[in-house]
Amino acid sequence: MSNLLDLLVAGLATGAIYALVAVGFTLLWQTSQTINFAQGEFVMLPAFLMLAVMHAGAPFWLAIILGILLSLLLLGLGFKLLLVDPMLRHGVLPLAIATMALAIGMKEAVKQFFSAEASPFPSIVPAGDVWILGRVVSVQSLGVLALAIAVVIGLTALLNRTSIGHQMQATAQNPTVARIIGVPVERMILLTFLINAFLVALASLLITPIYLAKFSSGEVLGQAAFIAAIVGGFNQVRGAIAGGLLIGVVDNLAAAYVSTQYRAAVPLILLIVIILFRPQGLLGRPEERTV
Amino acid sequence: MTAIGKYWRIALGVAVIAALIIVPMNFNRYGLYILSQWAVMTIAAMGLNLTLGYAGQVSLAQGAFVGIGAYAAAIMTTQGMPLIAALGVAIVLCFAIGWILGYPALRVQHHYLAFVTLAFSTLAFLVFRNEDWLTKGIYGISNIPRPNVLGFATNRPLPFYYFCLGSLGIVSLAMWWLIRSPWGRAFVALRENPVRALSLGIDTRRYTLMAFAIGSALGGVAGTLYAPLTQYIDPVPFNLSLSLDLLMMVIVGGSGFFFGPFLGAMIAVLLPEWLRFTQGYYLMLYAVAVMLLLIYSPTGILGILDRYLTERRTKAASALRAVAKSRLETAP
Repeated sequence: MSNLLDLLVAGLATGAIYALVAVGFTLLWQTSQTINFAQGEFVMLPAFLMLAVMHAGAPFWLAIILGILLSLLLLGLGFKLLLVDPMLRHGVLPLAIATMALAIGMKEAVKQFFSAEASPFPSIVPAGDVWILGRVVSVQSLGVLALAIAVVIGLTALLNRTSIGHQMQATAQNPTVARIIGVPVERMILLTFLINAFLVALASLLITPIYLAKFSSGEVLGQAAFIAAIVGGFNQVRGAIAGGLLIGVVDNLAAAYVSTQYRAAVPLILLIVIILFRPQGLLGRPEERTV
Repeated sequence: MTAIGKYWRIALGVAVIAALIIVPMNFNRYGLYILSQWAVMTIAAMGLNLTLGYAGQVSLAQGAFVGIGAYAAAIMTTQGMPLIAALGVAIVLCFAIGWILGYPALRVQHHYLAFVTLAFSTLAFLVFRNEDWLTKGIYGISNIPRPNVLGFATNRPLPFYYFCLGSLGIVSLAMWWLIRSPWGRAFVALRENPVRALSLGIDTRRYTLMAFAIGSALGGVAGTLYAPLTQYIDPVPFNLSLSLDLLMMVIVGGSGFFFGPFLGAMIAVLLPEWLRFTQGYYLMLYAVAVMLLLIYSPTGILGILDRYLTERRTKAASALRAVAKSRLETAP
């Protein structure tokens, strides 16, 4: 059990990043019935936007700011206006397929215009180790964990404590009623898209130094975030957070204690079991069926 | 479709089949390979169209069933067994797995089901990659023989293309019969309104499972053709993206339309080839084309045609009504 602590910290760190991605995923689903199959690619792209800015000669901090702004513009506003809005009235499935096509397009665009090779990416957390309870733990894991938790706490506070958050939740629960009681539903939906874009940009910033920037890196990430969202509860922000942390930890423990070959299978089996016995997810509430 | 007229439709069908037989005769090896691939993918997409278009269940596992069929064919034919035996094994195996995988479909709907099947797809890929004793892992299985059909060797590209086309023909006829049978009507009832279907006495549980299982079995059929087509398989082509591609084929062609998978597979297999002159941009252009099509017509290409024909019919009907009305008014 000597390295259990390491595994837990590393698992929570990646899990916290999954949680960021999964939260955005559930927000989009709740407010606009959008299943974004390109969510993984949404995490991949901001890192490349930042790298592109840095290649132009800008310092890292400026690249981060511009990268986040570009991400808000492209993945938030652009995604909503150009793809989701025209497709929303057609129902869930065509939109889901369109986001699959979007994922292909984004991957190919990065491969074509940037590079097919993996590029290193600077970390915003310094490298090095610290001693905790007599064990060496990497500062990077701790820093990523701390930052991700801070964002998650900030987001929960926004949703639960502020008036905008309450309006967003009202929109998520019942757009029609929300509109009647005077919530600017359209603006709230746009806000969730911008929050999603911000979260994926942040996740990109945190995870890319660990796994390098590669055009195909969104596939694994997107899948992990989907699983996290469903395991935790598709329609609950706190469910997505719990699911993300759980998947991160389970994934790391499985890699160490099960087999490296089948580590990817463990979260999937968890997913199937949970869907069969508790389809609404661990913390989710059942959705009413509409006929 | 009455607007076209029965004889015109038969003539069109005969012309298309004749073209599919005659035109490829002077194609080169690569052209024939692509066309054979189209036929194979059409079969897989037809299976998914049954699951999705007729029974209304989203499956992201069709690529995995193609993989199961392909591995069955590769393993058995390299051991000297005939392809028809592998076909039988693939159909039984995929049917059984599809049936089991259908159970979650009874409990969960829509996106949840999509994710169960997505999970299965990834699990199947892991098994293909990791069970070296059976699948040779990442090294793959090579020298997969092509079958002898009725005494004809199909080693050369043209005979093998005809073999694929013939298989597509048989599957199409079977499907044509199926969707016109009471079974098919039950599937449609299930898609349109599950609750009403239940109230009409349709055993929704059994039909949902059936649609899933038959659709999956057709994926296996496509796989048993895919293995001898490429003559080498490894796990990579059967990852999740094949399932996503097949789903796109069905939606882009027009889900729930009989000819949807034919068109969808044509676009997914041939369009990237035609766009190849654009070099690295072809998949990007393909993705943009798919998005634009879906924005314009979420029911796919045949959806456009269907809308157009319905409009014409409505116009014709209202014109007739107008004529009738004016006659009534002018009547003494």
